[in-house]
Amino acid sequence: MERNNILVLAEHDNLELKAATGKTVSAARQLPGEITLLIVGSPAATVLQAASRLPGVRQIWLDDSSCYQDFLAENVATLVAELGKDFAYILAPASTHGKNILPRVAALLGVAQISEVIKIISPNTYQRPTYAGNVLETVQSVDPIQVLTVRTTAFSAFPLSATEVAIEKIAKPFDLKLSQRVSQETPRRERPELTSARIVVSGGRGLQSKEKFKLIEEIADQLGAAIGASRAAVDAGFISNEYQVGQTGKVVAPELYLAVGISGAIQHVAGMKDSKIIVAINCDPNAPIFEIADYRFVGDLFQILPALQQELAIRLDKA
Amino acid sequence: MKCLVAVKRVIDFNVKVRVKSDGTGVETVNVKMSMNPFDEIAIEEAVRQKEAGFISEVIAISIGTLESTEILRAALARGADRAILVEDDATRESINIAKILSCIAKREEPTFIILGKQAIDNDCNQTGQMLAGLLGWSQGTFASKIVIQPKEKTVLVTREVDGGLETLSLKMPVVLTTDLRLNEPRYMTLPNIMKAKQKPIQKITLQELGVDCKQHLKVLQVESPEIRRVGKEINSVSELVDKLKNEAHVL
Repeated sequence: MERNNILVLAEHDNLELKAATGKTVSAARQLPGEITLLIVGSPAATVLQAASRLPGVRQIWLDDSSCYQDFLAENVATLVAELGKDFAYILAPASTHGKNILPRVAALLGVAQISEVIKIISPNTYQRPTYAGNVLETVQSVDPIQVLTVRTTAFSAFPLSATEVAIEKIAKPFDLKLSQRVSQETPRRERPELTSARIVVSGGRGLQSKEKFKLIEEIADQLGAAIGASRAAVDAGFISNEYQVGQTGKVVAPELYLAVGISGAIQHVAGMKDSKIIVAINCDPNAPIFEIADYRFVGDLFQILPALQQELAIRLDKA
Repeated sequence: MKCLVAVKRVIDFNVKVRVKSDGTGVETVNVKMSMNPFDEIAIEEAVRQKEAGFISEVIAISIGTLESTEILRAALARGADRAILVEDDATRESINIAKILSCIAKREEPTFIILGKQAIDNDCNQTGQMLAGLLGWSQGTFASKIVIQPKEKTVLVTREVDGGLETLSLKMPVVLTTDLRLNEPRYMTLPNIMKAKQKPIQKITLQELGVDCKQHLKVLQVESPEIRRVGKEINSVSELVDKLKNEAHVL
């Protein structure tokens, strides 16, 4: 079989298909070939339905063998490499899931992996950020199979199509028995998901304590926004790790990013500088966050936030 | 049970990186270089596990020019027992680094290999996963807690993932990659820096290892991203809400 098609690894948590999947498919549509979406795990019907309506997907494979239940890298990577060897491209979102699996897949196939692709320049040439986004690198791959993780903030999803693609069940259980999941802490949230939210309200060390960080949550709820945090705020225990935005945390690019009490260390800026509008609230006029902010508000956040709450209550009501 | 720790020499995280005017790379002349911060965490973890009696020997390894010796000395000063430098003056892709490390692993037969989850220069986040794949070992990436269970021959690893945390039980031997909150690396003390000078650094060439480092990627262009325009000063919350509604149209 000639290799000329694209395999995309879907991301879901068994309950919902992650928006990152649609965006990765969007990236895949810029490459030549037909797209096969691979779903593993034990996805609910809602996941399958959403997947079947992703525009541009030609076929869907579902392997719900029990060894893929917990998305263990050793097993899933073996499956993806086995299926992927007949494809020209293998793509996944550059999430912790995709980053865990795809390098292992590339190693099994003896090829390189290209991380966090932000632009597809030609069928073998890609742009990606390095040095915390301070440098952009254009690389050309000579590999017969090109394995890419996609920075999903750089691609927009297409609206779901009306027609559904049939789902084909496969069963290739590669159970390496090297690892098992013992437990997980995945707090359920009522707020939008950080990486796909339209508005993100983010807090830093300036919030001073876990209790005072609630101010961020209140503003976020008023705006229907997701919550983010700087590494300093997470390290200080104001909020848990899954909210960290930055070079080593999540990368976000919402329409509005409100940075409160965040100094703007390089690592943090790397995760949010592609936001459309950035508002910075900080008492230090020399904070580096102001260099990238569209609106710079110098002042005491403990005075500004309550006033902003009041203002929003009035103004958003009127709208 | 031996532990191999891979360390990389990178531009110090405090340096503002500048792209060379010809677009072939970044400026490294007269630029401060340091150990990749995630690798410092990896060394610290190995040394702590040794101090707790779970590891017998910590071996630091780096791949690079003779200048990487300074990074290995730092690893030794932080408590590694000995070091290996694989002499190589090329910039290698993660897949080739993983191949070289897998060769060393076959020679040294460690039970644990710990790496930083990513290097802050290329931000690839690949080498540990690739190494585990090449060796056919279990992998625990983005670790924020590591508990070695010698009797069960397993390692409990708590991982920082997008949804929160998950804990895996991994069969030994294992490849682990470190996240930021795994530990806080200790400072190097003068006596330890002096002691490190007596510790051995073995040098090996790629030829001796017999690794074929085929090039997979070609860097065509290196550039700086667009700079955002300078923002507007805001003096009141009503002005802020106004601008967001009527100028930026995001509320």
